[in-house]
Amino acid sequence: MNTRTPHSTHTRIALALCAALGLGALTPTEAAERIALVVKNLGNGYFEAANKGGQEAAREIGGVELVMTGPTQPTAEGQIEIINSLIAQKFDAIIVMANDPDALVPVTKKAMQRGIKVISADSAIAPEGRILHLSPSNAQLVGEKLIAMIGKTIGGSGEIAVLSATAQATNQNAWIEWMKRTLAKPEYATLKLDAVVYGDDQSDKSYREANGLLATYPNLKGIIAPTTVGITAASRAVVDKGLVGKVFVSGLGLPSEMAGHVKSGAVDAFALWNPIDVGYSATWIAHRLVKGEASGKPGEEIDAGRMGRIKVGDKGDAAMAEPFTFDKTNVDEFARIF
Amino acid sequence: MLNDVKTDTPRYTVADRAPRSFRALCLRWETLLALLLLATVFVNSTLSPFFLDPYNLADSTFNFSEKALLALGLTLIICAGEIDISVAAIMALASVCMGLLSLAGFGTPVLVLAGLAVGLACGALNGFIVTGFGVPSVVVTIGTLSLFRGLTNVILGDGAITQYPAGFGELGQGYVFGIIPIEFIVFLVLAAAFAFGLHRTRFGRNLYAIGNNAIAARYAGIPVQRYRMALFMLSGLMAGLAAVLLTSRVGSTRPNIASGWELEAITMVVLGGVSINGGSGSVGGVVLAILLLGMVTFGMSLLNVPGIIMTIFTGLLLIGAIAAPILIARVSGQRRRV
Repeated sequence: MNTRTPHSTHTRIALALCAALGLGALTPTEAAERIALVVKNLGNGYFEAANKGGQEAAREIGGVELVMTGPTQPTAEGQIEIINSLIAQKFDAIIVMANDPDALVPVTKKAMQRGIKVISADSAIAPEGRILHLSPSNAQLVGEKLIAMIGKTIGGSGEIAVLSATAQATNQNAWIEWMKRTLAKPEYATLKLDAVVYGDDQSDKSYREANGLLATYPNLKGIIAPTTVGITAASRAVVDKGLVGKVFVSGLGLPSEMAGHVKSGAVDAFALWNPIDVGYSATWIAHRLVKGEASGKPGEEIDAGRMGRIKVGDKGDAAMAEPFTFDKTNVDEFARIF
Repeated sequence: MLNDVKTDTPRYTVADRAPRSFRALCLRWETLLALLLLATVFVNSTLSPFFLDPYNLADSTFNFSEKALLALGLTLIICAGEIDISVAAIMALASVCMGLLSLAGFGTPVLVLAGLAVGLACGALNGFIVTGFGVPSVVVTIGTLSLFRGLTNVILGDGAITQYPAGFGELGQGYVFGIIPIEFIVFLVLAAAFAFGLHRTRFGRNLYAIGNNAIAARYAGIPVQRYRMALFMLSGLMAGLAAVLLTSRVGSTRPNIASGWELEAITMVVLGGVSINGGSGSVGGVVLAILLLGMVTFGMSLLNVPGIIMTIFTGLLLIGAIAAPILIARVSGQRRRV
């Protein structure tokens, strides 16, 4: 950490100028440790939420100043410019939600050479450009969560189907694979997977595929759509067919898009990463790295406050937690965020 | 001032230039820019303890060197009363071509030559349409902007090219004497060359003549169309060079690379005192404007001012720069110096 001499006159001039420019809130305060959160672009509720979580962690830790910054447009060039200025300011750690996994590598490498701890969160930087990457979740946790959610909604037994994106979608296929493995466990023996269909992440095709499922399987009790397009289309199909209360839709969706369907009753619970938790955990991890309480090596478990211990996996990939559940108790609150 | 020249000079003496007076020097646009630059440096070093650090200042030039190269090419184009909006799109296309050659296994020299050649070819296409069909350059380059950016999108889709040869990154990331970025040296050398070309050669005088009145210039025996062709090719070549440096710096090519840079480069030129109507301006003014914008942005980024506020500030600076001479002229009752 750099030592900073008190410069009261300068500070007073700075404060006056900042106040004149209306930038009072942005004046750097004298914190022992400074962590930057570089988001994809400013003015996006998702990243504001991540910052909220980061600030919560900074308060818990104490003596940490967390600064959120990001370019106006979600470009790698904009983020590089910002990371350069963070290096110049000798920040202790930088958390990046990367716009480009490769283009940021040269500048984050430079940051690490100068002793700054760099991690990526949510959207990764390539392995050589960061100490570790914090994924909001991983395929296994998503697959297990999706099955657990629908199981709880339909009372643990019955027929279900999956409405996915495209047949080649890497993420969705990994999640479906883990759903199938989860269904093979004895506690889910009473859940039966009828079919997996593909809506190609297009509203109209997803809607038609959902209608097809409802027509083909009269005993269907649940549809899992692990895609934001699919889950809204399936919910609309259930409402339009008058099957609310008989068939429940679940999956991964955005609270802002799903709030209406939760109210209509077509959806009981759905999930997604909670950006607040991502910002919170990333800040804790960055702090642990700065203090030398963690190194980020594969296999290590890093204590991240209320999120518990987060394990660093192969290639420095750390999965935070299972997706966060949204239902009628909290969907309105999160709908305002993203 | 023009009146003074007339009354003070004997009738049959034609002065080559207005007499050098202290008052005229003070009213020069470049003087105002230099004062603004000094003020910016003073305010920045007062506000941030990290500003007056030679390494930080040298590193901050990475953020504007490539855009500055675009601005140099545009300075000549705008002086001649034309415009080239396609420069950033040319960069994208040049970058993609370099990426494709890199994937095919070619080394750094071929990539550099290819980037320059693609830039030159794109500029030649602009020049050919402008001179061959007599279409206004603003229309032509809006069209080719979409064409070049569109081609980039078609070739890359939503993918990226990230495999570049090992030594390639040195051009955009390397330093001279371990402190000054190579990019910045390239810019300084070319700025000197452009200043010489515009202010000390017949070519430069003819450009001003074309910018003031192309028809009169043609009657004076200046090959206007050939000049225009050369200018667009030069602008394209500068875009190609900027593409080489940017691609080398970030080590990857994406369809949105350098998006929006054409406007930032035009901002530099106009703030530098080049009349958007053509016929007046100096390379020195543009260089000062580039440094001014660079230092203002760097200073604000050191205070972690959000990018949105930075763009507002830059916009105000530009409007002020255009309005100030008009207002001053109105107040003092004088015509604006041409």
